[in-house]
Amino acid sequence: MGKYLIKRILQMIPVMIIITMIIFVLLNVAGDPTVNLLPLDATEAEREELRTAMGLNRPLPIQYLDFLGNAVKGDFGNSYRFNEPALDLALARMPMSVQLAGAALLFAVAMAIPLGILSAQFANSPFDLVISGISVLGRAMPSFWVGIMLILLFAVNFRMFPVSGSGTASHLVLPALTLSIQNAAQIIPLIRSNMLSIMHEDYIRTARSKGLREWSIICIHAFKNALVPVVTIIALEIPGLIGGALITETVFAWPGLGQFLIQAIGNRDMSVVQVCIFLIALITLVANLIADIVYCLIDPRIRYE
Amino acid sequence: MKQKGKSYRMPRWLRMLWRSKTGLLGFVIVSIAVACALFAPWLAPYDPNAINPLNMLKPPAFMAGGDPAFLLGTDNLGHDILSRLIYGARVSMIIGVLSVILAGVIGTAFGLLAGYYGGILDSVIMRVTDAFHSIPRMLLAMVAVTLMRAGIGTLVLVIGITGWITYARLIRSEVLVLKEREFVKAAVTIGTPDYKIICYHILPNVFSSFIVVSTLAVATSIIAETSLSFLGLGIQPPDISWGGMLSAGRNYLATNWWVATMPGITLTMTVLGIMFLGNWLRDFMDPHNQGLE
Repeated sequence: MGKYLIKRILQMIPVMIIITMIIFVLLNVAGDPTVNLLPLDATEAEREELRTAMGLNRPLPIQYLDFLGNAVKGDFGNSYRFNEPALDLALARMPMSVQLAGAALLFAVAMAIPLGILSAQFANSPFDLVISGISVLGRAMPSFWVGIMLILLFAVNFRMFPVSGSGTASHLVLPALTLSIQNAAQIIPLIRSNMLSIMHEDYIRTARSKGLREWSIICIHAFKNALVPVVTIIALEIPGLIGGALITETVFAWPGLGQFLIQAIGNRDMSVVQVCIFLIALITLVANLIADIVYCLIDPRIRYE
Repeated sequence: MKQKGKSYRMPRWLRMLWRSKTGLLGFVIVSIAVACALFAPWLAPYDPNAINPLNMLKPPAFMAGGDPAFLLGTDNLGHDILSRLIYGARVSMIIGVLSVILAGVIGTAFGLLAGYYGGILDSVIMRVTDAFHSIPRMLLAMVAVTLMRAGIGTLVLVIGITGWITYARLIRSEVLVLKEREFVKAAVTIGTPDYKIICYHILPNVFSSFIVVSTLAVATSIIAETSLSFLGLGIQPPDISWGGMLSAGRNYLATNWWVATMPGITLTMTVLGIMFLGNWLRDFMDPHNQGLE
């Protein structure tokens, strides 16, 4: 385990370096940064001057090393719109995103676990068919469409929750529900199929022959083991919830990292874009690592070399 | 000699499709979407961009106050929604299919290199896929689209390039298994050049998983395109995208719900159809199911 962990962490270093390369290439090669900083009628001489001042005339590899050196120190430059360090601005938005992601995860698990167990228990019944139909639909619907439908239903028609914004707990419900529907749609079939295969295991037969009640077998013996792959999936979904909430945050005007990032893209505030991509990628890598570790810890059958 | 008693039998794929309810549904939906994309000018009842101030925000024909001339109603500019949906299928299908081809070609090439040659090349390619994997695809696509000129070509490029890792990982893992099979080892032993082994022995054997993954990838690409268009970063007017229609309809949710809802339903149905067809294809192409009739 220790060796594996060290190997995994060491493997993250080249991946991080490649991520910085992707970000660098995306922002410096795909577009000319001076286009966005100068007024449209700027002369070529002015443009050239700015390029020299920003160090954009140096060879690309040198610019990249410079960027990498600063990134390691946590310096991604200032946001040109807010004139503050981009990293601080992005970190300030994180709590809102974490709040949304946490609520979404809670909703998803609270929906998926009972529904998954019930549809395994009543496999091929009309209930099971309806639930699998809904989870297929949940995977087919893009998040912005789910969000709009929830607004139409619960905010416009029933007036139960606010259309958008933040501040109170009721503001959190619709965006969290939007995010959780897609997650639940992925977790439900997983729990269902795990439960179905586990119910044929020997230890379940033993529990039955001891005369335990069916529901205590399901809840105590089977469910614990069905949860193992689910925990991994949940850990893998966390980055998606934080970084992938881009569109959901925009639909509901939720002031998290995603909305901030989309605004920065709109304003071409590239140092903010860089730092946001970097943060999201880092969260993803760490979450993947945690998923591996947790997987190994909760299932004694799995041992990494 | 006359052949007798031999009635016409449907080909195997059609018989299997007929038996699978979801597969058949998927096939029908995808056929309709493709037909709309191909024959939009003939199928659409109106010019999708014709502004008609007299018929603004008309409800669908099945509702009170609906006009049978506008089956699915009209939007805030008096555009016929049905016509726009038919033309929107064209954009979605073009971008969906072309970007998947691009992603498939790039990803397969890298997956073959990584799986077949192994070693340092494999490590480097896999670390690059790890890096791409940790950046949300939509995020990468959004930044890239902003930096380039918006349009169908850019969207194909961006969605294609951000989609290659699925293929690279899939093809690599398949090649790793195939490399250990006897027929490949035999080919290596008799000195067959690498490119021949790849073209004649490996590629045909990864084809079926390639097709299955590609079908599902079209659905993902269509969602990516509509999401970008919804945010205003994708297709720009006068080109029509379902995502753009949805975005425009958002402002009329409270009073004229159909403007946003119709493109949403169309999009969901299309994605669902592609997913059903993809799942059916997976079963159909699975060699374990070959004997099933």
